[in-house]
Amino acid sequence: MVAIIDYGVGNLFSLHASFQAVGQPSVVTSDPAAIAAASHVILPGVGAFADAAAKLRASGLDEVVRGEIKKGKPVMGICLGMQLLFEKSYEFGEHAGLSLLQGAVVPMAGTIPEGLKIPHIGWNALHLLDEANPIFRYTTHDECVYFVHSFYAAGCDDSCIATAEYGREITAAVNRDNLFGCQFHPEKSGAAGLSILRAFCEIKG
Amino acid sequence: MITKRIIPCLDVKDGRVVKGKNFQGLQDVSSPVELAGYYSSCGADELVFYDITASAEGRSLFTDILRQTAARVFIPLTVGGGIRSLADFERVLGCGADKVSVNSGAIRDPELIGRAARLYGSQCVVLSADVKRVGGGFHVFARGGRDDTGMEAIEWIRSCVGRGAGEVVVNSIDTDGVKAGFDIELLRLVCGAVDVPVIASGGAGCAQDFVQLFRQVPGVDAGLAASIFHYGTLTIPDLKRELRANGMLVR
Repeated sequence: MVAIIDYGVGNLFSLHASFQAVGQPSVVTSDPAAIAAASHVILPGVGAFADAAAKLRASGLDEVVRGEIKKGKPVMGICLGMQLLFEKSYEFGEHAGLSLLQGAVVPMAGTIPEGLKIPHIGWNALHLLDEANPIFRYTTHDECVYFVHSFYAAGCDDSCIATAEYGREITAAVNRDNLFGCQFHPEKSGAAGLSILRAFCEIKG
Repeated sequence: MITKRIIPCLDVKDGRVVKGKNFQGLQDVSSPVELAGYYSSCGADELVFYDITASAEGRSLFTDILRQTAARVFIPLTVGGGIRSLADFERVLGCGADKVSVNSGAIRDPELIGRAARLYGSQCVVLSADVKRVGGGFHVFARGGRDDTGMEAIEWIRSCVGRGAGEVVVNSIDTDGVKAGFDIELLRLVCGAVDVPVIASGGAGCAQDFVQLFRQVPGVDAGLAASIFHYGTLTIPDLKRELRANGMLVR
């Protein structure tokens, strides 16, 4: 059972449906007992970093996520959920993240060449830095996935396992031990995205 | 780099797709759920569902269909048609839409875009503008292209992006249905005026029209079409082959 953590940000309909599509039962929940009972955990998120971080802390689910990671359970942050795993974000000020991964979330504005549109919206090719990573079991180099974001994780070299090129190499996926993250939306990336979710579900905690 | 997107648009009335021909392997071509699945499997990069229903019953059928589609099709879904309030945003987002497109609703109440962008983020709010040449300029039309609002189109689009629209669909009434190519002149003006993604609509008759679109207006991010895909005049794999052969980046 995959627990998709509901802390009041974003629409979890597609994420829930995409696990059904790969044959994995999933539950959208904010109940710590249900999260503890699950074999895999998803930390989703869309919107603004500060708002999401505040909601996650106010719900106490930040500590639940930490606890599950310590137990060795496979946990994956998606989009803003991945950004929350880092030390801090410079989105509209400076805000603390969960500090589970080294690095900071920085704006694309000013760090990518002028003339490129922000947000980075659309399908972009994955450059796999760690082809042997278990979440890429069914993924091939240059497969396209769907991105929607204006900020990206920087300074996370040792955890970065894939990038996408948008004027510069942008962190697309991260991993350290049992903790994973995708900047793109696997639940909106067609067959390529579903393959990544399937591979994540096959990782044993 | 990001690829150019190809987007089929499905007009849905009373729960059925309005136009369409028989595709091989597709039992019910007027089923939006089946047709959406077909396009997704062919390589469509995104889908637009346009609700042209007038009745309340039709509207609830539409949300049922949206929910069924979003449970089966895992590419971005944009929903438009009859979006007038935040309650309409909530209704379609809750059924699995990723983006909501506003047209007449924004003309009636321009602040709708700002309110929606603050609540759901700009990436969720798409401005759809129906534009037609009037007396040497471009005007915005309302109510499915029937009413001339008298507003200058480029200024209108710029102001909506300023309020928070994260993407713009430009429907040229002049080129729509003519099948002689997209409205290059209009699209150049729009791309010069805004820095958010621009989606071209109206005029696609063959694969070369998309090649010319992306070649002549490099700032355009996506091409949208309905009938050429629905009638099978052009398949998405053939279109993507043609774009690739012309040096364009596609998925």
